[in-house]
Amino acid sequence: MPSHPRVYATEAFVLRRTDFGEADRILTLFTPGQGKVRAIAKGARRTTSRLAGHLEPFTRTQLLLATGRDLDIVTQAEARERLDALRDALWHATAAWYASELVDRFLEDADPHPRIYALLARTLRLLDAGARAEAGTPDSAAGERARCVLALRYFELRLLDELGYRPALHTCAGCDTPLLPEENGYSAELGGALCPACSRYAQRRLSLSALKVLRLLQTTEWDAVPRLRLDAALQAELEGTLQSSLRYHLDRDLKSVNFLHAPGVE
Amino acid sequence: MQTTAAPVTALIEELAKLPGIGPKTAQRLTFFILRSPADQARRLAEAITRVKESIIQCSVCFNITEADPCPICANAERDHTLICVVEEPLDVLALEKTGVFKGVYHVLHGALSPVEGIGPRDLRIDELVARVRASAEAGEPVREIILATNPNYEGDYTAAYIAPLITLPNAKVTRLARGLPLGGDLEYADEGTLSRALEGRREM
Repeated sequence: MPSHPRVYATEAFVLRRTDFGEADRILTLFTPGQGKVRAIAKGARRTTSRLAGHLEPFTRTQLLLATGRDLDIVTQAEARERLDALRDALWHATAAWYASELVDRFLEDADPHPRIYALLARTLRLLDAGARAEAGTPDSAAGERARCVLALRYFELRLLDELGYRPALHTCAGCDTPLLPEENGYSAELGGALCPACSRYAQRRLSLSALKVLRLLQTTEWDAVPRLRLDAALQAELEGTLQSSLRYHLDRDLKSVNFLHAPGVE
Repeated sequence: MQTTAAPVTALIEELAKLPGIGPKTAQRLTFFILRSPADQARRLAEAITRVKESIIQCSVCFNITEADPCPICANAERDHTLICVVEEPLDVLALEKTGVFKGVYHVLHGALSPVEGIGPRDLRIDELVARVRASAEAGEPVREIILATNPNYEGDYTAAYIAPLITLPNAKVTRLARGLPLGGDLEYADEGTLSRALEGRREM
């Protein structure tokens, strides 16, 4: 085991936090170099805390942490990038919680994933920008929302990629024959799209349009993904398809996902 | 091999369920109770039973109380058209200590949290909306609703969820001011607090 320095500096996003003791908070931090780190912020619930304002979720914070026995201890914190538009936009905040929850559930402690860190950071920024754009231009609000929904699908797909669960979308996950431009199937268990013959017993259909969108998201960097106009049925299909894979690999339900469609949030 | 008497183990186990109490603290408390006079232990036991038996939630504001409606809701001196919405009964205590607020409260019993799976149904939000609507029907419409949820992400999220649900015309929906705490230090304030403190500055 490499010996850890007693005090180390890192930047981090707060994935989740729980109250602890009289006025403390336990944080689940996501850092680029150390992966998920659990730390305690002492006194962070007091109004005069020097830390609290810098340790809100969806804030990129520069931290100084002291290595503790169980939990590291936050000694200094300074917010570097705050995504404040998320504060007043319910749907976008929910989406940001959802992205954070996915990372929290999929990653183990102390398992560094700088690329997932970058992916999460970018997704949170996109949601923040989306919230801003939606508030600023009511005329194109629907288009802005659709872009954010697509960004979430991109996040889910790329997260699966990075975790080693990349869904097969070009050849059949059952028999490895190239997929033809027709209605195919999808199986989270088998790891991707299935040709019509293999998908006889698969629970999910995968329309040609959905397959095309998924392929596009899987192979194109986000900045090059064009603004797509997707109807509600196709959006629901994409979401359902990716959810089936996420649920299968996670083997549990996500708490925040239902909030995305809750009345009053959407 | 059983080395500790069963009643002692039972008490240790029960105490260890309390928040912030680990097995060692539970043992210390148990042996303190064991050594303390019988009537002191009885008073503790009675206090615990009483708190469960006699404390109920006020049917109007959902604060914890012995009487329904609670003394605050029953007080005719207070302004019933001014409702302060808080997360926890402890927040009511904190606000009451200021002695400044003369309105009434509404206790949500938590804040919305997508990651913890706490949704609108888990809180007293529907009751708040119904209460506001009923006030208009009773001819004494609510003038202002102060959303005094905590100034953190969950609190803001909850406030953002509630605000559009209040559809009473002429009813103001406000949020507690955000700024610098008394006894704080400017250099340690985060930019979020500072920028809001600047926005909300006052003429002297």
